[in-house]
Amino acid sequence: MSLRSPLGRVLGSGAAKEGVGHWWVQRVTAVALIPLTLWFVITLLGKPLQSYEAMRGWLAQPWVAVLTVLLIMTLAWHSKLGVEVVIEDYVSGHGAKTTLLLLSTFVHSAAAVAGVFAVLILALS
Amino acid sequence: MNQRPLSPHLGVYKFMYTMSLSIMHRLTGLAASVGFLAFVWWLMALASGPGAYEGAMRALTSPFAKLLLIGFTFSFVYHFCNGIRHLVWDTGRGLERAQARRSGAMVVVATLLITALVVWFGCAALAGTP
Repeated sequence: MSLRSPLGRVLGSGAAKEGVGHWWVQRVTAVALIPLTLWFVITLLGKPLQSYEAMRGWLAQPWVAVLTVLLIMTLAWHSKLGVEVVIEDYVSGHGAKTTLLLLSTFVHSAAAVAGVFAVLILALS
Repeated sequence: MNQRPLSPHLGVYKFMYTMSLSIMHRLTGLAASVGFLAFVWWLMALASGPGAYEGAMRALTSPFAKLLLIGFTFSFVYHFCNGIRHLVWDTGRGLERAQARRSGAMVVVATLLITALVVWFGCAALAGTP
């Protein structure tokens, strides 16, 4: 017998203070990443990777830059959610868990900003 | 005791290869997170100029890095294919034991084929003749 009301369950007012948001966003980003990674990898493999000029010219194109920024942000988000689940499942100490979750948030935020910034430099300079 | 579900005690289950596919999804996901950081590092090198990009590409094409890249390609492709399997499961389809085993085998075969394709075209792209 659960003491939780159906309304409470839907609103996610349990101990975690949220419902299925984490789970759902992981799926939304997963679906978005299918076309984004397919596009990026297939297009990338058609370029001369060793040529600075060619790579720069490619990423500087407006739509390529937009899609790459989308790819970076979606990857960062999906990766952050995935790493969080792994930390929550396997790290049992409260202090270690909180520290690693904080570290993951900081690293993912920094990486996302750096990636987007790099594309903006290429596209706008 | 209440009726809450217990978290699984892995030790009491008979080993199935689908179990290793499941843990592989997490491991390859973690590897992809590291790969994401490397991807950002590569983009920053490109944004920093020709010298930095040349240095990054020299690091990426050392024999050890090439081996690592092949391993990473396999890992990423696996996570991609098995991720689609998970998304199909989320719609409530393919959850029967026989179906899950069959889709698991399909993921492994698809991963090997796609990895070989990506490595092949990746070598051509690195040689500058795509």
